[in-house]
Amino acid sequence: MSNQNGKESLQAKFEKNIFAMYLFMALAVSLAGIVQIVPLFTNPEAVKDEVILADGSSQSLLWQRAEGQSLNDWKPGDGVRPNTPLEVAGRDIYQREGCFLCHSQMIRPFRDEKERYGHFSLAVESKYDHPFQWGSKRTGPDLARLGGKYSDEWHILHLRNPQALVPESVMPKYRFLDDAMVDGDKIATHMKGLSKVGVPYTEADIASAAKAVEGKTEMDAMVAYLQSLGNMIKFEDGVTYRE
Amino acid sequence: MNLAEKYDLGVVKWFTIMSSIYLVVGTLLGVYIASELAFPYLNDLGTDLPYFQFGRLRPLHTNAVIFAFGGSALMASAFYIVQRTNQVRLWSNKMAWFTFWSWNTVIVLAVVTLPLGLTQSKEYAELEWPIDILITLSWASYLYNFIMTIHIRDRNKVPHVYVANWFFMGMMVMVTYLHVVNNLSIPVDWFKSYSIFSGVQDAMIQWWWGHNAVGFFLTAGFLGMMYYFVPKQAERPIYSYRLSVIHFWALMFGYVWLGAHHLQYTALPDWAGSLGATISLAMIIPSWGGALNGILTLSGAWDRLREDYILRFLIMSLAFYAMSTFEGPVMAAKNVNALSHYTDWTIGHVHSGALGWNIMVAAGALYHMIEKMYNIRLNQKLLAVHFWIHTIGTVTYIVAMWVSGIMQGLMWRAYDEYGTLAYTFAESVSAMHPYYVMRAAGGVLVLTGAIIMLINIVSTVRRSESVQTANA
Repeated sequence: MSNQNGKESLQAKFEKNIFAMYLFMALAVSLAGIVQIVPLFTNPEAVKDEVILADGSSQSLLWQRAEGQSLNDWKPGDGVRPNTPLEVAGRDIYQREGCFLCHSQMIRPFRDEKERYGHFSLAVESKYDHPFQWGSKRTGPDLARLGGKYSDEWHILHLRNPQALVPESVMPKYRFLDDAMVDGDKIATHMKGLSKVGVPYTEADIASAAKAVEGKTEMDAMVAYLQSLGNMIKFEDGVTYRE
Repeated sequence: MNLAEKYDLGVVKWFTIMSSIYLVVGTLLGVYIASELAFPYLNDLGTDLPYFQFGRLRPLHTNAVIFAFGGSALMASAFYIVQRTNQVRLWSNKMAWFTFWSWNTVIVLAVVTLPLGLTQSKEYAELEWPIDILITLSWASYLYNFIMTIHIRDRNKVPHVYVANWFFMGMMVMVTYLHVVNNLSIPVDWFKSYSIFSGVQDAMIQWWWGHNAVGFFLTAGFLGMMYYFVPKQAERPIYSYRLSVIHFWALMFGYVWLGAHHLQYTALPDWAGSLGATISLAMIIPSWGGALNGILTLSGAWDRLREDYILRFLIMSLAFYAMSTFEGPVMAAKNVNALSHYTDWTIGHVHSGALGWNIMVAAGALYHMIEKMYNIRLNQKLLAVHFWIHTIGTVTYIVAMWVSGIMQGLMWRAYDEYGTLAYTFAESVSAMHPYYVMRAAGGVLVLTGAIIMLINIVSTVRRSESVQTANA
């Protein structure tokens, strides 16, 4: 900015020295990222994985897996766990088909959303989601707590021809999922990749992947994934899940 | 001496023409996916193929308009402006051609991979990791060439670097950060990778990218165009230098914070969303300052709007810029966001920016460059038709999405007299139908305008070539 006392302003210097201006810009645009993003990694509250129950004891929201337990030993409500091999395959398809473009997986803490979809979503519930699938648009309903709401048969019929079950629907038909088989070796590779980015898979989980998806179609995988959504944590009354 | 001898314009010409081609492609895809929402049978057309379904084509639409059309327009105008305002040839014409070919390769790869379902499933960052690496190289060559061109200017002739260059540079710096960080991932094969971030952290990084793809790629860069082409076309200096300094630094510092407003009431900590919303509100000031700076450049020359359609595009774009930078902060306010988030209002807002601001300012810039570079007048009738058809199409689109978005939001939260939810989700979907038809109709108008623009540009360029041959 111009300066009355004859001294050259910082702005004038920048305009003459393009590299100085470049450095200052690079600094100016990085501040927000540092303030907004870094705390999400450093502050454990950002992905809170423990709550205090009514009786004063603390409970982990993550599945506490005992030595030697397989993913199949998990029961609904046991806590957040990594996806099973079939669910990984389903999630890959969910990404591939761009489901997130029309369906959110993030319930906000409002009365109407609670009644329509269920308990509001917690950060820890997408802890193993690489990348996150919260979505930004609800052309169709939220899916964060879809698991267990409908039968497998309903999902299969609905995916094949949504309008047959919901005449108003504008969803595409996914009949082609019936014809494609899930590739076991590929899923094992994908699980290895996911474990590299921090999903706690054991060697045994990965080794069992090919067998777990053997003979399964993409339709089976998709339904398995949809049925896994949102029922990992058992929500209890009187517990503060989010400040 | 004419421009063609003084500057490296070949690459600018090609980026200009590619940009107008990609606009047709991008808006055609937009019309198709908009029609799919209105008439879902368009998703399969009796086949069992996934390639034309909404989920596959929507990323192609966004990539085509933002990176193919917008990116080419930015590259054309940056390479043009940096030469004109610094009165020097490109530092490396060869490197500019590398930028051209690598960028177009990225676009071709996007056209192939996205319909195949090869995606990172991060909005506007869908392209898989090998393409991301190519984007990084292309972008780095663009940035380096741009800065070096400024650096080698004759400091006696051009001591101060003109404001348009700052905006381009700011965009280049920030987009480099955003692209690299948001795409950090572990590849599992050539076509699939998993983000190294997860859940809430990934969400924040994605929307830090998402909003700043808008804030820098589609705002700062396009403001660079505005700061050059508005004064040039109006043949008057920019209204206020001081305002442009404030506009620039406030934008650089402020825009980056806004991403968090995409995640209000989600599992992102409350403070982050509130901070994003607060700074969003404050951003009205620099945004409107910038819009006024452009519009007031016409003070004393308003009569020129009567006959100069290129100027009309530029000024109308600023009106839309002002409108959507007002709408944005309103939608970022927490109580409005509670209603608007997840609805079509967001789509409407994006398009008031994209159709009203980006396409209009870019059309003005591309038209201006064609006239200067080929030293020929465009067909003025076609310019007029494009201007009106595009304006009407844009308004139709935005109004449809305002109504459908607000209606959706209200239907989802409506209660009946017994205290239960008044509407099923499916009822809200069917209520959208007329607005989805109206939106597609608006899109058809925009597409028609884009086709008219392409015809005008191509026929004018061919006319100029035949004139040159005749003269020679």
